[in-house]
Amino acid sequence: MAKVPLEPVSGEKLLVLVPAYNEEGAIARVVKAVGESMPGVPVLVLDDCSADTTAATASLAGAHVVSFPHHLGLGGCVQTGYRLAFELGYEYVIRVDGDGQHDTRDIPRIFQALKESGCEMVIGSRFVEDNGQSTGPVRSLGIHFFRAVLRPILGKTVHDPTSGFVGVNRRALAVFGKSFPLEYPEIEALVVLQRRRFRFLEIPCKMLPRTTGRSSITAIKSIYYIVHVLLGVLVNVLKYERGRKIVEDK
Amino acid sequence: MERLLHCTTALSIILIVMVLTSVRRAHIRVEYSVSWLLASIALLGVSLNPSILAMVSNLFGIDYSPIVLLLIAGAVFLLVFFRLSVIISKLKDDNIALAQRLAIVEFYLRHDREQA
Repeated sequence: MAKVPLEPVSGEKLLVLVPAYNEEGAIARVVKAVGESMPGVPVLVLDDCSADTTAATASLAGAHVVSFPHHLGLGGCVQTGYRLAFELGYEYVIRVDGDGQHDTRDIPRIFQALKESGCEMVIGSRFVEDNGQSTGPVRSLGIHFFRAVLRPILGKTVHDPTSGFVGVNRRALAVFGKSFPLEYPEIEALVVLQRRRFRFLEIPCKMLPRTTGRSSITAIKSIYYIVHVLLGVLVNVLKYERGRKIVEDK
Repeated sequence: MERLLHCTTALSIILIVMVLTSVRRAHIRVEYSVSWLLASIALLGVSLNPSILAMVSNLFGIDYSPIVLLLIAGAVFLLVFFRLSVIISKLKDDNIALAQRLAIVEFYLRHDREQA
């Protein structure tokens, strides 16, 4: 499949990022689905040193591919995509997971919300409206816990703080290119934005069931996740003075 | 007590010799050997001067001096381990930044080759 050119651009241009690790079973479908939902929009797959054919499969499906020399983790991958998008002059970037769980038909609405709201970040949320979306009990407990933690920090409720279906504009790209959590980035990224007095918006989106591969989250990893993210949130909150300086410099 | 001091003296001398040998063979960089050298010299100093132990014991109201020796050794090595964690964290950050840059540069090269 022919690739959409990825030339340095100016003006209102969108790039779709797809971080992927061992997703050869789903990646082609994701790339094609993005192409159907957003014709003419380039897709950049960030292959986190997969052991399978993710990179080649994505390239054949029509995506541009960035391959890493070793496994960086989700945050490291996504930050690379943000840096590259910023260097190439993109105005908007929407991130879609490579496992096919995000419904790419929601991308146009996220893009529209990014352009019209002026918010630095738009989150595709499963829970902002009761759209019949549910998740496992442990994950649900974690989401409620982090909602409660983030409420006083962000000054408003974020219904789906762990969502990876996220769009950002160029102002956020400039910040995330320099400072982005390297592991479990979603929740910490919200705090990073808040420290710069940036705004976010949630719009309802659907999550599809995983059809290939399996989730890497185990019970022990969940506990590690909670401790890690809590510490990350705390560290970012303590960067208050630095954050204020950045706002003043804008 | 005396036997314990002999043991820690021997241990610190072995550590000093190991560090110096490793530096000479370039198995450890000079800047990272300093922490270990200082730690082992401190342990040697305390082991050869029981009066230091007695003084610290009195200061903290500890009756049993060997505990002080273990506390000092533990504290010194904790500091060394902490310094190593800081160094490893910085190395990891540098490594990630390099991997990201390499991936981007490779991407540009491949992209240019495809365009040519």
